[in-house]
Amino acid sequence: MSSLTYTRYEVLRMLRNRRFFIFSLIFPLVLFYVIATENRHARLDGISFPLYYMTGMIAFGTMSAVVAGGARIAVERSLGWTRQMRITPLSVGAYFRAKLVTGYLMAAISLVLISLAGLSLGVHLAAANWAVLAGLVLVGIAPFAVLGILMGNLLSADSMGPALGGTVTFFALLGGSFGQLFASGVMHQVIELLPSYWLVQASSSAIRAGGWPVEGWIVVAAWTAAFAVLGRLAYQRNTARV
Amino acid sequence: MASAGVDARGLTKSFGPLPAVRGIDLSIAPGETVALLGPNGAGKSTTIDMILGLSRPDAGTVSVFGQPPDQAVRAGSIGAMLQTGAVVQYLSIRELLHLVASLYPHPLSVGEVLELTGLSDLADRQTTKLSGGQSQRVRFAISLVGDPDLLVLDEPTAALDVEGRHEFWDSMRAVARQGKTVLFATHYLEEADAFADRIVVMAKGRIVADGAPSQIKAKVGTRTIRATAPDLDLAEARRLPGVASADRLGDQIVLTCADADAALYALLGSHAGIRDIEVRGAGLEEAFLELTGHDEEGALR
Repeated sequence: MSSLTYTRYEVLRMLRNRRFFIFSLIFPLVLFYVIATENRHARLDGISFPLYYMTGMIAFGTMSAVVAGGARIAVERSLGWTRQMRITPLSVGAYFRAKLVTGYLMAAISLVLISLAGLSLGVHLAAANWAVLAGLVLVGIAPFAVLGILMGNLLSADSMGPALGGTVTFFALLGGSFGQLFASGVMHQVIELLPSYWLVQASSSAIRAGGWPVEGWIVVAAWTAAFAVLGRLAYQRNTARV
Repeated sequence: MASAGVDARGLTKSFGPLPAVRGIDLSIAPGETVALLGPNGAGKSTTIDMILGLSRPDAGTVSVFGQPPDQAVRAGSIGAMLQTGAVVQYLSIRELLHLVASLYPHPLSVGEVLELTGLSDLADRQTTKLSGGQSQRVRFAISLVGDPDLLVLDEPTAALDVEGRHEFWDSMRAVARQGKTVLFATHYLEEADAFADRIVVMAKGRIVADGAPSQIKAKVGTRTIRATAPDLDLAEARRLPGVASADRLGDQIVLTCADADAALYALLGSHAGIRDIEVRGAGLEEAFLELTGHDEEGALR
């Protein structure tokens, strides 16, 4: 009786789902190449454009990749698979762990791919900076990892496409993945409460001063906790025949 | 009480204003095989969902081996085959069974279950490439692989043809011999009769009969005789032995019989001009309507 086997099969099922795998990873990569190749010699605030743009696309890419698993959850529910799992001894905790592992694996792959794309366009970062970037990004996507599970347990399979697309666009755009929208003022203060703002800050920590303040940890922890509570509720209520 | 396999008291469940289960008492002894027989909408699946802890009763209690359902589930005491169709994708049948087995404290070996359910030859096939009958067998295998003490099957033969049904019940016999407690829902009186120690008949959310198969058959086993008989008088037909009621549809008469054999002898003996005789068991639906009575609907209003 081990949830390790269960997690291993979760990962295997995800990796075998090639179309899911490819489409969850490809768009940020393509966006990066399309926009950064053209501007590869440009500089922005003293930073090379590909490096600047890479950090934004890492935030966008890891966020899309980590929530994408929600669509698989919705399909599993529609097949009756989730109900079938609930009449096995699989615990709520083990179910969530397996989903988090697959989500994080997708995010890690996205992080590596976009970093490699950055390197291929001549991005330079010290090893220590790469480590900080990667570490903080993996913290910063925590709310989105849980959000994917929440949405998968809340929404139907056929509404997941638009719901996920809209959610990712909303958070990525307002958080500043495609460039900061508000440098100051009320809107900036509001946006500082979004988890995606701090994900973008995490990703860009390597190229700007200031690091990642306590406020970032608090915002990320609060959203993660809130989504986790709702996700657990959604999963527990989710017993009806679909 | 703690020794009962399944013990339900006053189970009640509504969906909005629609009552699905209206106060059910059901006790199943360990090792007993019980059929839950009833037409669509009788409340069978809702009852099963409550026994499995997938649905919370509005009123009443249910326990499985003396525990609340969710605890029995966590202890690995329950295996179930639900009605919902497909199994999860991107795994072979062997992998899928291995996955489920890994969740139980003392599972059967995957090879053994593949053998028992006749899936050995398909073991490495992907779950997306199965026929309806094959995926039904896979769902049966899923319910078995954890070696649960209570096996709950919600219309296990629903999508199967006659041959598939025979195969299914052949495997099922082997399982029942292992002393498991089994509860299965079905539409088919023949299935319930052939495989259950006891039949519980449900209609409109209530248990309307509960007893040995022979008792139940006597209760719901009415038959109808149809024949082309233009000259037969209805009042006369009603007086024939074994006939409960008679109707006319054009040239045809329809006799609902408590004893179809007696009615048929009398019919053939007294009227030469009768042809196209057809005898069939009354649909369960009709039989249940008889059992539940129409007065009750009136009483509810």
